Amino acid sequence: MEDDIRDADQELDERRSQGNVSLDGGEAEDSSPTKEVSRRDFLARTTLTGAGLTIASLLPAHLAAAASLPDGMPAEANAALSEFIKEGAVKVSLRINGARHALSVEPRVTLLDAMRERLDITGPKKGCDHGQCGACTVLVDGQRALSCLSLAVMQDGKEITTVEGIALGDELHPVQAAFIEQDAFQCGYCTSGQICSAIGMLREVAEGTASHVTPDVAAPPTLATLSDAEIRERMSGNLCRCSAYPNIVAAVREAKGQRV
Amino acid sequence: MKPFVYSRATEAAAAVRQVSNERSAKFIAGGTNLLDLMKSGVELPDRLVDIARLPLAEITALPQGGVRIGAMARNSTAANHPLVRERYPVLTQAFLAGATGQIRNMASVGGNLMQRTRCPYFYDPAMRCNKREPGSGCSAVEGFNRIHAVLGASEQCIAVHPSDMCVALAALDAVVRVQGPEGEREIPFDDFHRLPGDTPQQDTNLRHGELITAVDLPALPFAKRSHYLKVRDRASYEFALVSVAAVLDVSGGRVRDARVALGGVAHKPWRAREAEKILTGARANEETYRKAAEAALSGARAYKHNTFKIELAKRAIVRALSTAGGSGA
Amino acid sequence: MSNEIGKPLSRLDGRPKVTGAARYTADTPIEGLTYAVFATSTIPHGRVTKLDVSKAEVAPGVLKVLTHLNTPKLKPIQHPPAGQSLMPLQDDRILYEGQPVALVVADTWERARHAADLVRVEYARAPFLMDFTEHLDKAVTVKGFFEPDSKTGDFDRAFNSAPVKLKQNYHLADRHHNAMEPHATIAAWRRGKLDMYDTVQGVFVARTVIAQALGRKPADVRVRSKYLGGGYGCKGFVWPHQILAAVAAREVRRPVKLVLTRAQDYTSHGYQAATEQTVTLAAGRDGQLVALRHESVAPGSMSDDYVEYGAIASRTMYACPALETRHRIVRVNRGPGTPMRAPQEGPSMFGLECAMDELAVVLKMDPVELRLKNYAERDPTKGKPFSSKKLRECYSEGAQRFGWERRNPKPGSMREGHDLIGWGMASALMETYRFPATARVTLERGGTVLIESGTQEIGTGVYTIMPQIAADVLGVAPERVRLVLGDTTLPGAGMTAGSSTTMGVGSAVHDAATKLKQKLTEMAGGPIAPDAYADLLKRRRLEKLSAEGLWKPDGEAGTGESKEWTMYTFGAVFVEVRVDESLRVPRLARCVGVYSAGRIINPKTARSQMTGGMIWGLGQALLEHTELELNYGRYVAKDLANYLVPVNADVPDLEAYFVDEVDEHASPIGAKGIGELGAVGVSAAIANAVYHATGVRVRDLPITVEKLL
Repeated sequence: MEDDIRDADQELDERRSQGNVSLDGGEAEDSSPTKEVSRRDFLARTTLTGAGLTIASLLPAHLAAAASLPDGMPAEANAALSEFIKEGAVKVSLRINGARHALSVEPRVTLLDAMRERLDITGPKKGCDHGQCGACTVLVDGQRALSCLSLAVMQDGKEITTVEGIALGDELHPVQAAFIEQDAFQCGYCTSGQICSAIGMLREVAEGTASHVTPDVAAPPTLATLSDAEIRERMSGNLCRCSAYPNIVAAVREAKGQRV
Repeated sequence: MKPFVYSRATEAAAAVRQVSNERSAKFIAGGTNLLDLMKSGVELPDRLVDIARLPLAEITALPQGGVRIGAMARNSTAANHPLVRERYPVLTQAFLAGATGQIRNMASVGGNLMQRTRCPYFYDPAMRCNKREPGSGCSAVEGFNRIHAVLGASEQCIAVHPSDMCVALAALDAVVRVQGPEGEREIPFDDFHRLPGDTPQQDTNLRHGELITAVDLPALPFAKRSHYLKVRDRASYEFALVSVAAVLDVSGGRVRDARVALGGVAHKPWRAREAEKILTGARANEETYRKAAEAALSGARAYKHNTFKIELAKRAIVRALSTAGGSGA
Repeated sequence: MSNEIGKPLSRLDGRPKVTGAARYTADTPIEGLTYAVFATSTIPHGRVTKLDVSKAEVAPGVLKVLTHLNTPKLKPIQHPPAGQSLMPLQDDRILYEGQPVALVVADTWERARHAADLVRVEYARAPFLMDFTEHLDKAVTVKGFFEPDSKTGDFDRAFNSAPVKLKQNYHLADRHHNAMEPHATIAAWRRGKLDMYDTVQGVFVARTVIAQALGRKPADVRVRSKYLGGGYGCKGFVWPHQILAAVAAREVRRPVKLVLTRAQDYTSHGYQAATEQTVTLAAGRDGQLVALRHESVAPGSMSDDYVEYGAIASRTMYACPALETRHRIVRVNRGPGTPMRAPQEGPSMFGLECAMDELAVVLKMDPVELRLKNYAERDPTKGKPFSSKKLRECYSEGAQRFGWERRNPKPGSMREGHDLIGWGMASALMETYRFPATARVTLERGGTVLIESGTQEIGTGVYTIMPQIAADVLGVAPERVRLVLGDTTLPGAGMTAGSSTTMGVGSAVHDAATKLKQKLTEMAGGPIAPDAYADLLKRRRLEKLSAEGLWKPDGEAGTGESKEWTMYTFGAVFVEVRVDESLRVPRLARCVGVYSAGRIINPKTARSQMTGGMIWGLGQALLEHTELELNYGRYVAKDLANYLVPVNADVPDLEAYFVDEVDEHASPIGAKGIGELGAVGVSAAIANAVYHATGVRVRDLPITVEKLL
């Protein structure tokens, strides 16, 4: 196998100059394929040069205009349907952790993959990609939701919060602090989903929602009366294979009195 | 997932028009089941029409004491709406027994009605399935059929409907309101989902392009005395092996009226009218409940791995009725 | 020593894990990344006769479609440390469903995934074997990690003359690890060298196998794994997809990211093979065992000889003069099994401890008393003394904490409301596998300490425990110590497997820190206070000062045996289950475990390990089962909706305790392994409790509702 190998960088540069490498996302300017890029660099490239230019240039000008979806969708006020291009990319503006990200993605791209593969927001994890594990849980307009079963294109105008957007600067959110204190994780892979889920769940309790284990659904628990059984049921949408469940319950119990 | 065109609707009529005009177009609201199926290669739409932002999420009181739930209402919202949980606690319980907090926040009521079976043979295009590919054969009949139907199945398909919500709606005599290219119509709940027969590919009697706009719940004053019981292997986050929605009107030690529906046993939410007949007018006690349970499962037929469901369903009916009957029993 | 060892320190990697900053393999940002997705075989046995990749090749964004027709030939690899010797995409043979038949590389994951669906394959089907229990006559003896058979004393004579006899079959289900993080590999070639980020429990092992397959020197391959999203054994051996990712990256001359789908995770690496166990016991009326035979048959693969040793615990657990064990496999058309928390002792303790419970019932003897009656003071097969064993204390403390004396032995005698209550118990046993390790400890300018070792963080708390050990020696705060791991450029260490890391790497860190302290002492000309370290470096104009540490167990590496001692960890598990009298669904209500497992470095993370293990036992007992599809020769479903792992609502209060113990024979820091021990014994205790609740003895896991109706 050795003989057919030339230096990967060199080969890549050649093919680029021939124009037969199609890149989705930022065209790498640094020819080192293994270089880890800082998150800031990555974002800058993706948003400025990558998605916008590369993809928009694939669309005829009039369609590119129709495909754009500005925040709040004023363009749709007069049209009952907005039409996008088959197999092409659509422009989406996502608000994630308070920052706006403009990107072009195919309609089939999920919110999870848009964040992880295009925006370098890798806190939300892919555990199953089918809504069966909860590792991709984020908050959409404050409500917990599965980003693997959400199309990115359906999320524009919504406020998305991932685990990266929960702490106030260096100050951890009480749920995060409680997770550390109670040892509510081991490998940590499900943790970002667990934390988003816990925050969304405490808000649901504060809003007076019942759960499957609430004895009388017309009399749901309050944050003060939330039992361990309630926490367990309400956190059951997040699998933890290390099985830190008892400590997750302890962490939620600890955090529930502090802030929602 | 294969590529598709995405459009977003801001008016129901436009959405209906768009989907009616294209054979392989589909509505998408919460997406919790549709995207799962698209990723699995089971659903292959060429176009998705996003109806999630249509103004169809309201939950309102109806004049004669009923409640209308907009099709775009989220499962979590509908479950916890005061009108629902006070008038139809069995529906709230059914909602909350299904899926998880995250999924209930995403899934719409209309989408829940349109859920497709979780039969593993349906879910994997590498295996034969009449529902997915009519005429290819049913792998479950001779295969692993622990979760499959014991009532109303056909040799073509022994899949079960997975919804909890729908079991309660069946018991409550809900009416599904739909809007199609030719206007609006109402479908009684019992007529909404189908038994497999020779056309297992058709889950419902909805026509292509018809959009569910709301679910109406007729007034049922005794619905406060009700119980939704779900039996499953795992304590949460699992579809029912068997579930029971029981609504009882008991006074003076007798059952005045009853509604019983079963989940996890048939291709559609199964209204147990034979059980209701036995219950109505009989003494509200365990013996009556047992007779009702026997009647409900009298036509049951099991397959290799799901024999247990018949006995389990009977016991679940007795328990659900006993619980719903409460002190009046 | 500053007594950092034994403190319940919160995880030092807590902040990155709760803020999303921790980068797992698939999170690594690499420029110019491409995405690889497998198309896999839909048949279990046969040959590929026709491959149509034309649609896939022209699909948008596709850079390459690799099949057995165009994939470069690789050098052969061996199991172990490869998970299997069969390398897909090398020829047209298919030996199991899910075997890769094509690998598609495209510029986005969505495009690669879709193009993989466009690959059309035709097969010539061959007959297949799927369910080993239908073919026990085809059982063969192979040599896996351990001797297949053992024999002590004269079984037949002892058995025939005994007054009490018992023979039962027990069946454990096929299970899958289902780590939350699917296997992921990022491979990039740079100037002829391979750079990999990989979800591996052993970077060095991965490097060895990958280099071998590619015909390269290990030095040409770098493997990194900074955070691992769980492994439980499935990321230990090296699996074909890791190698094929590297091949794909060479073919497209771009970095390639290959993340297995959840479904592919069921067939791209091993699983815990089911076992069909037969336990034959004979005892005196006083409960003294006189003969014990434990036989196990497990499915094996067509290509390799991995054996699940479903009888191995019986070689060690109880004092018995006539003792035999036997292990066989039946080859089936599935990929090979692989270790899964807890391998060997995990399955074998189910059969043994259920049989002991049945014997206790026959003898009308308390189950704890029966076990004490047969307490092994030395290993009955090896004849050697245990390096440490405080199992008596575990039984008594466990019984006392659980309230065992209030148990009414009559089945079905305890109830509350609709619930039948059952109390059951079992012992736990796990061999102390020991592996050599090296580490470097460096005092840095400013007085901070850096530990370097090529080990892995899988969730066991290595980022916390190693700093505690170094801090303990050097007298600095653990927060001032940081660990760099998971890179083949670091000092070598073994797999994060067999519960061996704290003991092995910890001992190497201890050695390095001790040597560093000696250097500092010598340099200072006498004892030196930790807060003077920085000044000392400054005075000597040193940027840093390092020491290399090594630990090599005496005796055979990878075993728990030295010349003088045999090494195991032990425990006693007590559980309460509840079974609804009518609906018959079993639920765990509480669990108390007390363990004899050497010195505990961090009781906080250690307790989490044990309760996590208990939940694995709960899954094994009541939920987990990879169902076979016998008509197609595959698994019925390959997802987390049909394969049930426990969720939060399944888990009651769990209590885990350690008896005070230091095992200096096992390791210089007195520690042994704990990660797997917690998962042992629980399933037997639950089955025994289900019997106590219902009077129904279920010998076939998982215990689901239909077995109790």
